[in-house]
Amino acid sequence: MNGFVWIDIVLFTILAATAVGLARTRQLFAAAMLSGLFSLTSACIFVLQDAVDVAFTEAAVGAGMTTVLFLGTLALTRSREKVTPPRRSIPAALIAIFTGGVLIYASTDMPPFAAADTPVQQHPLTQRFLDDSMTEIGVPNVVTSVLASYRGYDTLGETVVVFTAAIAVLMLLGRGRPATSAEPKPREALPQPIQHDQRVLRVVSKLMLPFILLFALYVQFHGDYGPGGGFQAGVIFASGLILYALVFGLDAARAAVSPAALRRMVPLGVLIYAGVGFATLLLGGAFLDYNVLDAHDPAHGQHLGILLVELGVGITVTAAMLMLFYSFAARGVGR
Amino acid sequence: MIAHLPILQVALPLLAAPLCVLLRSARAAWWIYLLASVAAFGSALLLASSVATHGPLHYAVGNWAPPFGIAYVIDAANAFVLVLVSGIAVATAIYAPRSIAAEIDPQRVYLYYACLCLCLTGLLGIVATGDAFNVFVFLEISSLSSYALIALGKRRQALLAAFRYLVMGTLGGTFVLIGIGLAYAVTGTLNMADLAQRLPALYGNRTLTAAVGFVSVGLAIKAAVFPLHAWLPSAYAEAPSAAGVFLSATGTKVAIYAFLRFAFGIFGAGLVFGHLPMSALILIVGTAAMLAGAAIACYQDDLKRILAWSSVGQIGYIVVGLGLASQQGLSAAFLHISAHALIKGGLFATAGIVALRLGTTRIDALAGLARSAPAVFVALLLGGLGLIGVPLTAGFVSKWALVMALIEADQWAVIAAVLLSSLLALVYVGRIIEVAWFREPPLLADTAQPSTPAPMALAMWGLVGVSLVAGVYAAPLSRAATAAAAALLGTAP
Repeated sequence: MNGFVWIDIVLFTILAATAVGLARTRQLFAAAMLSGLFSLTSACIFVLQDAVDVAFTEAAVGAGMTTVLFLGTLALTRSREKVTPPRRSIPAALIAIFTGGVLIYASTDMPPFAAADTPVQQHPLTQRFLDDSMTEIGVPNVVTSVLASYRGYDTLGETVVVFTAAIAVLMLLGRGRPATSAEPKPREALPQPIQHDQRVLRVVSKLMLPFILLFALYVQFHGDYGPGGGFQAGVIFASGLILYALVFGLDAARAAVSPAALRRMVPLGVLIYAGVGFATLLLGGAFLDYNVLDAHDPAHGQHLGILLVELGVGITVTAAMLMLFYSFAARGVGR
Repeated sequence: MIAHLPILQVALPLLAAPLCVLLRSARAAWWIYLLASVAAFGSALLLASSVATHGPLHYAVGNWAPPFGIAYVIDAANAFVLVLVSGIAVATAIYAPRSIAAEIDPQRVYLYYACLCLCLTGLLGIVATGDAFNVFVFLEISSLSSYALIALGKRRQALLAAFRYLVMGTLGGTFVLIGIGLAYAVTGTLNMADLAQRLPALYGNRTLTAAVGFVSVGLAIKAAVFPLHAWLPSAYAEAPSAAGVFLSATGTKVAIYAFLRFAFGIFGAGLVFGHLPMSALILIVGTAAMLAGAAIACYQDDLKRILAWSSVGQIGYIVVGLGLASQQGLSAAFLHISAHALIKGGLFATAGIVALRLGTTRIDALAGLARSAPAVFVALLLGGLGLIGVPLTAGFVSKWALVMALIEADQWAVIAAVLLSSLLALVYVGRIIEVAWFREPPLLADTAQPSTPAPMALAMWGLVGVSLVAGVYAAPLSRAATAAAAALLGTAP
């Protein structure tokens, strides 16, 4: 048994313990932190499985963004769970146990973990992606080739999912909704500037900020060569600005990136992505066939297409994440 | 151009959504939604006629030949659903502006149209695709946008209804994803045709069996099949009227189509209905649905809630038809998918007009409606007759086909249940009609009733009218349904 297996066992133990803790705790603040830990541990497991891009996304979205949004929600509600009578949680427990049982049953016939002769390894799909993507697309990171070109239409769909979520939140939490009665008094913890004596925090975050944003840009544009791409870059970029908002206050962040600009950026990214699709149609190719973007050098067309769609993803994700944060935070202040 | 239609009818509504948000004008957003849905409807009609004459159409997105890229495959089965969904979207577009103006805060209207565009995109994407994972992506788009569409209902309960739907729907979506993942683990592919080719060698494999279970339960939640229907009644009853029209006519139908595609186009009838006892299970569940849905509808005291519970029951008919897994059963299912979409869409449109005129949809408030709003009453009556399945309505055509299919399969107990639930439908429709026709109107109420806006009346009569035409002149619809069933069973010429 090699060392990796032991690391796997340790990580899975932590994962299971975190899940149990999550289910048992009544403190929602602790639950938010534990869910962040759960994501971080999953990200570590993904790294061990060589799925670095997935790990990257999980760490940025699950451990980072989601936790911030949870905390933003907690600032608006109470931080302690309402106790459900145990009677009412029995059906849920039964369903959970049954689902787990079915999953275990399913795993008994699954191809052995990491075997070389699994159906996934032997399918021509894997061969094609690994062997030919370099000549067909010319991007060293195969994950990016699959994500942005072979299955680029799925990625367009995922970008639209992010867009939809942003629109839904804007529609529900945006200004103009009559104040509803049963809302608890907001605790203005989140968007207020941190007190002046926190000088270390302010200086350090000011120092960090340019590097976070620069790293986001690196992840965005280096996604062809290493792990990364629009989704991860967008989340990192947004979390940099959210850090700014947390330390210097929502107003300062709004002055830097205005909500009105975000409202344009969220659809703009989708428009860029879908626009590439329509451009390829107009140039006589199929939808999202980047080859036609450059009449002389199809591989160059692929590069251009991937660059553009990743840019669209990055813009929409950045703006959507910031918009979610603004919408939650703005409900805490202002009243 | 026809070669690109499969993608265009999904991509145009997709493009429309960000445009609505960018322009930030309610009027422009309505025009964009109208044009997008008309474009989708036109494409769907062209596709349907092309499929009928030349056979299935294949489209490789990104020009990557399947299974390496994502393929769209249009055959008689999904062309049928595409025409239905995009047609309802057009009716909703005509219906929406006045209804939305009365129910939704003006600052949010442009976002509301963006959500309608997204919901249409999602539903059409699920139907058109030939790739299993792509189904999930578009399922998420349609689900997220429907939660938002419902949450904007006028009353506070709408938020709770949308939240319950969100919890149930997310569970359903996750189950579908797990199922697709398991199927991928044992085959290494996501393309539907490729999966269908590789899976028969694996019948009996426990991973595959679990995949069938997860996908079926997940889609049953999305389709609100009894006993997984709990989210539907309040969601459709609390939704703004325009969203109610669109979702009640399309949402569950597309989930049922997706199940059909997974069962016949991916896992294969041999596995789902041969190796596994799915047929018996579906018949039991469907029978329970049609009895329980109709029975509970009788006890509701709100027009929209009656209609929503009636949907739970009507889904039972569709499910029973597909559970037979025969040519007749499937065509009956397709017939009822379309008949119920038209009738229920028309009835929700009527209920929206009632809500606009009376300010409420409570049953007591309908008293004297036959006198104060005869046209609305007639639409309600005709739609109600369709729900019962009275001859000369579309509901009769599909129910007749269903009973014939059941007779052929010797399912006499189910036939008895169909008749019983039709009697129950008579009760709940009868209650509405009784109040609206015989009860005296309250003395002061009929003084200041606003009249029905013409576009809303047009949409209502359009839906009710088409359902009547389909009831009287049933041949084209029956032919389309038969072709759709044959395409799924792989017996198409």
